[in-house]
Amino acid sequence: MNEFEYLRPTSVAETLSHLSIYGGKSKILAGGTDLVLLLQQGIVHPSHIIDITNVSELNYIREEDGCLRIGAATRMREIETSELVRKKIPMLAEIAQLVGEIGVRNAATIGGNLVNASPAADSAPPLLVLDASLRARNAKAERTIRLTDFFVHVKKTVLAQDELVTEVVVPIPAPHSGGAFYRLAKRGGNIISIVSAGALLTLKGKVCSVARIAMGSVAPTPIRIKSAEKTLEEADPTPEKIRAAAQNAYDEIKPISDIRASAEYRRDTSRVYVRKAIEMALTRAKSWS
Amino acid sequence: MKLEQIEFNLNGRVTKALVKPNSTLLDLLHNELKLTGTKRGCDRGDCGACTVQLNGRAVNACLVLAPQVHGKNVTTIEGIGTPEKLHPVQQAFVDMDAVQCGYCIPGLLMCAKALIEENPNPTAEQIRTYISGNLCRCTGYLHQIEAIKAAAAKIRNDSK
Repeated sequence: MNEFEYLRPTSVAETLSHLSIYGGKSKILAGGTDLVLLLQQGIVHPSHIIDITNVSELNYIREEDGCLRIGAATRMREIETSELVRKKIPMLAEIAQLVGEIGVRNAATIGGNLVNASPAADSAPPLLVLDASLRARNAKAERTIRLTDFFVHVKKTVLAQDELVTEVVVPIPAPHSGGAFYRLAKRGGNIISIVSAGALLTLKGKVCSVARIAMGSVAPTPIRIKSAEKTLEEADPTPEKIRAAAQNAYDEIKPISDIRASAEYRRDTSRVYVRKAIEMALTRAKSWS
Repeated sequence: MKLEQIEFNLNGRVTKALVKPNSTLLDLLHNELKLTGTKRGCDRGDCGACTVQLNGRAVNACLVLAPQVHGKNVTTIEGIGTPEKLHPVQQAFVDMDAVQCGYCIPGLLMCAKALIEENPNPTAEQIRTYISGNLCRCTGYLHQIEAIKAAAAKIRNDSK
């Protein structure tokens, strides 16, 4: 690991003041499960590490105005085991459980998983279909960024160098909604997804009043699949329609080949995983209570 | 580079150390404090051999920077049981022949201990999921899962 200065703020204000000074040369340490690896491998070499694990005001889950507001430094394990999350957005508790094994989930944070901006971030497709937003602050101002506008490229976001993500805001889905997330990986536990797909449907009678589909590991960033959403919106989600939506995903994405899989394999399996996610979302929407 | 003076509770004892910020908790325990029970396996959070409890939660010591533990509680394999009186999870691993080469065992035991503290009566499936980040290349896990069940039962009984 390269040398760096270590800072241990205990408040958001103190963190922001560090960021305003060291900005782009510093790195925020939230859970460390990505950052410490990058430091170990010499991929990043910040001059300062700003450890926010003692900033308790970034660690909470509460319900407000039809949303769950989750502090950016809330650990995946806390989201997974939260009664509030399980009751209001079960899909979110479910995906928190997928982000690595216990030793990772006890450290990794929801903000960190998003800010790290990996194309394979497992929390991203579900949060995209839930239409989540982020609250970001610098020393002077605060703004809201929709997650759909957040990712720019591999490991790149719209976040400015002096900005800190403080909160993830997740709207509680309307009645008669169902969400699901599936990922393809070589095994469970600590492994990067080859392909992942999330879906959220809201039913109004027989038709989908809302249909959101998102995928991971098939583009430089996690993405919404608009063509698949169009196919399902205001439509009766029959098996034919669902297959058509999955085909849209196949047609729309342009994945790459890498050490985990070939582009062809990703496209082929995308069709399957998008279909599975939509089918499960539909089953859950139908049994909404 | 400025060294960090830290003070933390290690296995019940207040411990002071002067650490390099760019070292991990695993470096501190294994290399500086000579608590060699915590093993270095992959050094990248994949294998679980360095699992310790940080404020009671199982974490990979290779993914925690040493200065992060300032003011916290750390429990390592050296902090549980003694050769004369093993911790119930240790005793159960012996009784059930759940150990072969032994390299993964300190991490597995710490993970099992954290599990039982969270969930005193885990099912085999819950154990399987919980220890899925602790790789063991010798045993095939079956005896270990049985041992963790037995240890949980023993701890439940003892606390009655």
